[in-house]
Amino acid sequence: MLVFLRKRLIAAGIAVLLVTLIIFVLARIQGDPRTLYLVDNNVSQEMYDALGRELGLDKPIVVQYVLFLGRLVRGDLGISIHEHRPVLDIVLERLPNTLQLAGAAFVLSLLVGVPMGVLSAVQRGRIWDLVGRMFAVLGHSLPSFWVGIMLIFVFAVKLRWLPAFGHGGPSHFILPAIALGWASAGAQMRLVRSAMLETLGSQYVILARAKGVGHARVIFHHALRNALLAPLTFAGLTIGGLITGAIITETVFAWPGLGTLAINSVASSDYAVLQGTMVIITLFYIGSSLCVDLIYGLVDPRIRL
Amino acid sequence: MTDSVTLPREEPAVTLRPPLRSRVGRIFRTYPVVSIVVLGLLVLMAIAAPLIAPYPPTFGALLDRHAAPSLFGADSTHLLGADNVGRDVLSRIMYGARVSLMVAAGTILIAGTLGTFLGLISGWYGGWIDEAIMRLVDAMNAIPVILIALVLAVAIGPSFYMLLGVLALGQWPLFARQVRAETLSLRSRDYVHLAHVAGASTGRILWRHIVPGVFSTILVVATNQVGTVILAEAGLSFLGVGVPPPTPSLGGMISEGRLYLFEAWWISAFPGIAIALIVLSLVFIGDWLRDRLDPTLRQLE
Repeated sequence: MLVFLRKRLIAAGIAVLLVTLIIFVLARIQGDPRTLYLVDNNVSQEMYDALGRELGLDKPIVVQYVLFLGRLVRGDLGISIHEHRPVLDIVLERLPNTLQLAGAAFVLSLLVGVPMGVLSAVQRGRIWDLVGRMFAVLGHSLPSFWVGIMLIFVFAVKLRWLPAFGHGGPSHFILPAIALGWASAGAQMRLVRSAMLETLGSQYVILARAKGVGHARVIFHHALRNALLAPLTFAGLTIGGLITGAIITETVFAWPGLGTLAINSVASSDYAVLQGTMVIITLFYIGSSLCVDLIYGLVDPRIRL
Repeated sequence: MTDSVTLPREEPAVTLRPPLRSRVGRIFRTYPVVSIVVLGLLVLMAIAAPLIAPYPPTFGALLDRHAAPSLFGADSTHLLGADNVGRDVLSRIMYGARVSLMVAAGTILIAGTLGTFLGLISGWYGGWIDEAIMRLVDAMNAIPVILIALVLAVAIGPSFYMLLGVLALGQWPLFARQVRAETLSLRSRDYVHLAHVAGASTGRILWRHIVPGVFSTILVVATNQVGTVILAEAGLSFLGVGVPPPTPSLGGMISEGRLYLFEAWWISAFPGIAIALIVLSLVFIGDWLRDRLDPTLRQLE
């Protein structure tokens, strides 16, 4: 377990360092940050150098990177050049919206994926199995943003049943959650299906049937309970993907989360906001996969090897 | 003599060859025929776009603005309609598919080469080299590529090669992981030991004895990932950080069309269907290849 834990932590650490290094290097490519501060050009050389010392630009590049990391650890993500507010505040305002959307998609993917997987396995080779597998393969192949736009077209523009844009009551969640969650619902369905097929063919299920246990009880009590470990861990792994996937979905539905924030900062070249958003999303992404790995390692001893 | 039982011989008469219908049926069951035909047609269409596209992709006649698709019986010269500046949707899809396929092929080529190389080294040498490369692979899996693409687009500006680089960055770890696993199992085979004893250099052993062994794995991973790359490229183009305009891209078209959903749904709808067709056929071909070449990866179907 300790070896496993160490490996995971090292990988997570490398990931954080790589992302921050990329951000740092790209920020340097952007040019001398002093040009952002000094709007008028008639400053003396002394003032220019003093500002450089204040920002740490006179130090070697490696030291600058360490200082940059230090600021990140203290939660200092810089100041937005458009809103003149600390980036951390802006990002934290938007974060709950993104988490809500990802959460809604996550719940949806479980609520749809698990029953469909069970149905598909029980009805193997029949019409519901075919429907379920088509559902899964389409979820994997259709671009999520296209699904979102088509959902808007049908349910908001044509039928006028659901709101197309923005963030408000529960009805606002339905379309974005479908667009974002379909792919993971399909993947979930496939995993549940193949795990169910495995347990349905196992000795203990055959024994249970031989004992005369009812059909429903065999499926839900004997087969499903044993089939759920892999799909549930996979569910944890999808959380990171849902958070980054939300970037695109938010753009489609004008959802006021981190995704739209990132895209708007791309449009307005607000690099500080973009890098702040990126740091927060990456931390969530790495953190969630690390947690899932550790839980998985605790639950299933085979994986630690 | 124990085997004195004479087995009844099969009648060699009328049905030496099975009837045509069942032969065709068997071909359809053994090969993903529909997927291969669909993908083949789409690829041909993309390659031949400059020859067969009915209109130039970046030229719009304002009179044709939002012309309805004649596919559904509308009276227009545009089979799949025209967009908000009168550009032909079908022609733009052809050129857009060209870009998508080029990006996907380039990405898989770069990522496959890099990943295979690192996977070989990792599996062959083991030790700290293996440890370092595998930790890097794990770390790459934890980095959201889409964000790196966004940051790069702001810092440097979007370009074709940047897109290739970013997408390959997300893809090489998959190749490295699979190739490493295969290399590990091939390394201890007798023929590899014999090659070593015969005095073959490490480079020669890797190239002549290991690479052919891992090739089917590489092919399976590559086929399965092409679809993923096409979807990722479409997503980045949709966000406006893909191949820069005026080059048409499928993701970009979907993005432009969403402003005109009410008047002209076809601007967004058809490029999405094109992406879906490409990716769907790749999924089916990929599954088939995996079952044929690498049965250990097969899932319970």
